[in-house]
Amino acid sequence: MSEAVDGRRGALPPGVSHSLELGERLREEGYLVGEGLATAIFLALKLGRPLFLEGEAGVGKTEVAKVLSRLLDTPLIRLQCYEGIDVHQAVYEWDYARQLLHIRTAEALGTMEDREHFEDELYTRQFLVSRPLLQALEHGGANPPVLLIDEVDRADDEFEAFLLEILSDFAITIPEVGTVRAERPPVAVLTSNRTREVHDALKRRCLYFYIDHPDLEREVEIVRLRVPGAEENLARQVARAVQALRSIDLYKPPGVAETLDWTEALVALGVKELDEQLIEATLGSVVKYREDQQRALGATQQLLTGTGGA
Amino acid sequence: MLDAAVAFGRLLRRAGLAAGPDRVAGFVRALEELDVARRDDVYWAGRVTLCSRWEDLEIYDRAFRAFWEDVSRQALKPPKTRISVSMADDSVQPPKKTVERNERGEEAVRLRYSPVDVLRTKDFALYTAEEFAELHKLLADLKLSGALRKSRRLEPAPRGRHDPRRTLRDAMRTGGEPMRHRFRRARSRPRRVVLLCDISGSMSAYSRALLRFMHAGVISGAPLEAFVLGTRLTLVTRELGTKNPDRALVEASGAVRDWSGGTRLGDTIKEFVDRWGQRGMARGSVVVILSDGWDRGDVDVLAEQMLRLSRLAHKVIWVNPLKAAPRYQPLARGMAAALPHVDEFLSGHNFESLEELARAVAEAAGRES
Repeated sequence: MSEAVDGRRGALPPGVSHSLELGERLREEGYLVGEGLATAIFLALKLGRPLFLEGEAGVGKTEVAKVLSRLLDTPLIRLQCYEGIDVHQAVYEWDYARQLLHIRTAEALGTMEDREHFEDELYTRQFLVSRPLLQALEHGGANPPVLLIDEVDRADDEFEAFLLEILSDFAITIPEVGTVRAERPPVAVLTSNRTREVHDALKRRCLYFYIDHPDLEREVEIVRLRVPGAEENLARQVARAVQALRSIDLYKPPGVAETLDWTEALVALGVKELDEQLIEATLGSVVKYREDQQRALGATQQLLTGTGGA
Repeated sequence: MLDAAVAFGRLLRRAGLAAGPDRVAGFVRALEELDVARRDDVYWAGRVTLCSRWEDLEIYDRAFRAFWEDVSRQALKPPKTRISVSMADDSVQPPKKTVERNERGEEAVRLRYSPVDVLRTKDFALYTAEEFAELHKLLADLKLSGALRKSRRLEPAPRGRHDPRRTLRDAMRTGGEPMRHRFRRARSRPRRVVLLCDISGSMSAYSRALLRFMHAGVISGAPLEAFVLGTRLTLVTRELGTKNPDRALVEASGAVRDWSGGTRLGDTIKEFVDRWGQRGMARGSVVVILSDGWDRGDVDVLAEQMLRLSRLAHKVIWVNPLKAAPRYQPLARGMAAALPHVDEFLSGHNFESLEELARAVAEAAGRES
């Protein structure tokens, strides 16, 4: 354990020794974090532990991995989980087509005398196709890569057990080849939408952070940061309207991603000031269920004044 | 600092948060990297290392305030309202003996066990403590497993889709000549079962048995999530997941807050759909609501939420112990509002009806979904 931990130290970007400094650097990369998330990321990098992020859709869980890869100047390796995902899609697979070709070539050239030796040759690294998890362990760059394991709650529990193994040792054993161990363990970020409770053992390896919707001031800041074309006044109006939307009991309350989409749409239309007609015309970029749209349209006044009926 | 961290961990465990020694160790390691003189650093260090789910956060916040900010510890006391259904008393106590005088005035000691076949049809509301202990054994054999669905995971099969990977791998052994074709097809897996058990006052005669039923389902290992509905919704899968049922239910009762205030069924079901169901837990699942349908809230909310739920789930089953009464009519307003959106309506008042429930759970819904 200690060996792995030592290897993982120093994943922090140079010059960062406190979570507040890290938060500042993340902001420079275009991602606004509160103190909590900054601390969680700081500890994940410093202690070399995976970061487990939960929260509503659209609060920016995946974005954390992306901004980390920019900040650390290292590739982002993404494993999207889904039901039925297995080792062949997540770790490695033998390239049977190439192996077959190799056999045919050997046959044609008549170089197959030593049969046993020949077969060993078929199961070597060159015939192995690496999938995201193996790629992350084999990455040999200056900085360890960021490994994003997205929507881990969609995978089934057999796969979860397997992930647990990898995230504890940062090593994988391939029977025919041997053990592949990460020189420097990747910066692992796991996300979950809580469609089911992910097993405790897996969570225990990780630092846990629940990302909430931002408050009004932070959301205005996020909009300003991410949609530079939006003026302060518009950014504030949009953020206020979205905050109100979150309070009127929609099936699917809009996330930050929707706030940004909406603002971009408005900026593209050259809008400087939000009004009822504009809300009606562009609501589709924030509210995506029919029932929700009806409910939101009944409350446009409320959206403009930001008096959320909490 | 170490002592303080350990003491804090102990406090959290008492408050119902699973902060084991390894988590406390993680907390200490995190503190070493931060500025322990800053309140926020300590707060966040603990929050990311000692919590592991959304439900933990509120408990953590309360405990943090009490422990580190020296607010009156009073705030920490687990709320007084607890579920009164605990199994601890029934399995521990020896069967009660009733002493009767026979006609000659001699004391006759009679054990009040009922034979199993009587027990199977006896209404839970009439159960004695000993019979609850018996029930536990019966439930252990009851298999609660959702209707099968096709998984996206493929498995080898004698027929089906061609499996090039396997075919080629076999071909390696025969000098690259594919001698036998291999096939695979989608594996069948049981659908997830979601149980929502109403534990409000009006259900008290049955919630004890139904909680045992949920417990038996959870430990059977089938894909299943269990919630209790009081004035709000509490996920209790983890609490029910321990092998020791007595402890499990005591723990579950500790985890449920403010249940005695009565049910607002519509609101709690809405909470389920919002927080869990829509994200995926209810999608394609068999959802079972165990409730008498007494709703103190707005019935329209309940109707609307049941509609949403029925759109998400593969099948929605409502279990109402009152249904067993000979002249039962769904008069409770909540019940009447919910019924149009329910695929099956069962009684769940005795063991036999729970067997029927298990059958209904295992059967695919009539409609395609």
